[in-house]
Amino acid sequence: MADLVIVDYGAGNLRSVARAVARAGVEAQISADPHTVEGARALILPGVGAAADTMRNLRERGLDGSIRDYIASGRPFLGVCMGMQALFDVSEEEGEHPCLGVFAGRIVRFPRGMTVPHMGWNTVHLREPHPVFEGIPQDSYFYFVHSYYAAPADPAVVVGETDYLGVRFPSAVGRDNVLATQFHPEKSGPWGLRLYDNFVRLARERGSIAPVAAAR
Amino acid sequence: MLTKRIIPCFDVDRGRVVKGVSFVDLRDAGDPVELARKHDQDGADELVFLDITASSSERESVYEVIQRTADQVFIPLTVGGGVRATGDVRRMLEAGADKVSINTAAFERPELITEGARGFGSQCIVVAIDVRRVAPGRWDVFTYGGRTGTGRDAVEWAREAEERGAGELLVTSMDTDGHQEGYDLPLLRAMREAVHLPLIASGGAGKPEHLYDALVEGGADAVLAASIFHFGAYTVPDLKRYLESRGVAVRPVEPTAP
Repeated sequence: MADLVIVDYGAGNLRSVARAVARAGVEAQISADPHTVEGARALILPGVGAAADTMRNLRERGLDGSIRDYIASGRPFLGVCMGMQALFDVSEEEGEHPCLGVFAGRIVRFPRGMTVPHMGWNTVHLREPHPVFEGIPQDSYFYFVHSYYAAPADPAVVVGETDYLGVRFPSAVGRDNVLATQFHPEKSGPWGLRLYDNFVRLARERGSIAPVAAAR
Repeated sequence: MLTKRIIPCFDVDRGRVVKGVSFVDLRDAGDPVELARKHDQDGADELVFLDITASSSERESVYEVIQRTADQVFIPLTVGGGVRATGDVRRMLEAGADKVSINTAAFERPELITEGARGFGSQCIVVAIDVRRVAPGRWDVFTYGGRTGTGRDAVEWAREAEERGAGELLVTSMDTDGHQEGYDLPLLRAMREAVHLPLIASGGAGKPEHLYDALVEGGADAVLAASIFHFGAYTVPDLKRYLESRGVAVRPVEPTAP
């Protein structure tokens, strides 16, 4: 069984994520093989770019099913940017694209007239403490670049929120073994590296990243 | 709240920084990676490398520099200079750049913007525009490092770049560049009104007030600066403290990596 696997479906930020994980002391296995993905002990789904391409690439490689099965197994999962958006039911990016459906809800665009992408450093306000954010102060800055954001059907999945020109959107979502961020921890300096560090450590120590209360 | 960004930029020739920044504690101020690390520690929000290597046989050096930087620096890195085709974009991204800045090639073949955005995502396609003022309220695009006038209205070209899928605009005024007397504010305001893309102001920073003016009066989302850092005149923390004191939201300089 592979230790920590980063899903390879051609996403542009794959190497950056691998580099950040390496800083946390883990040599990640980068894999496009559905069996390896499904059998990982910890899994990261990276991503930049368009929803349609992401979903097509995942399906062509047979990875959509294995990611769903992996998540159902209860082992630790981290999604980043497009790797977060892909977890929802549908993305409205350039049409209507069915995604993985791990979380109920849609991916919607910032209103016309706003400067998009939302690009740069913005704060993440946690609704309650989350182990993957351990040691990271409330309202710390992370690096964002995206034009769409998640509108979850169940507000309980919102872990952290961010305000962009009056639009308050979920910048971190999670449930049980899943945490996913709209921002790029691998581009967010010390606090971003700390997030990967936490993920790796929790996955190793407990085999779980779920908040203790939720895990009970 | 989304903060305004300060982006140090350095020219890199055959793998070496050309106009050195005299940080006293750097072992090798000519090494782009050392400089990048220093600026990262100082709280720079992003970094830009402009590769000015002229000889094509030595152009490989830039990929090695990108790779070494990406191994050590965990903030966004934009690389520009000599990008002619999507193959160049791909190689820079694969080496570890987060965004690629395209200037002359985008102007001469605007489809390159669309191809880059489709292939790699808009977020990594920065369209760089060098301009000169030709009349009050009118600026023309210049290509080939500002040497070739095109006669094309810069604001109009910015609009086209947005429509074609650019993710960000980097606008340099050739009139103010290098003079350290401030950014071209009317230019920034004109660009700000014309496009809904993040706008990086470039050319003219000499004092902290200049950054404030570009961000507040000009409406830029980010300021690119090079010579303001030369000879240790100002550091990123100096500039951030100044901006903060005037009510501009900036990312605080974080403590060293935990």
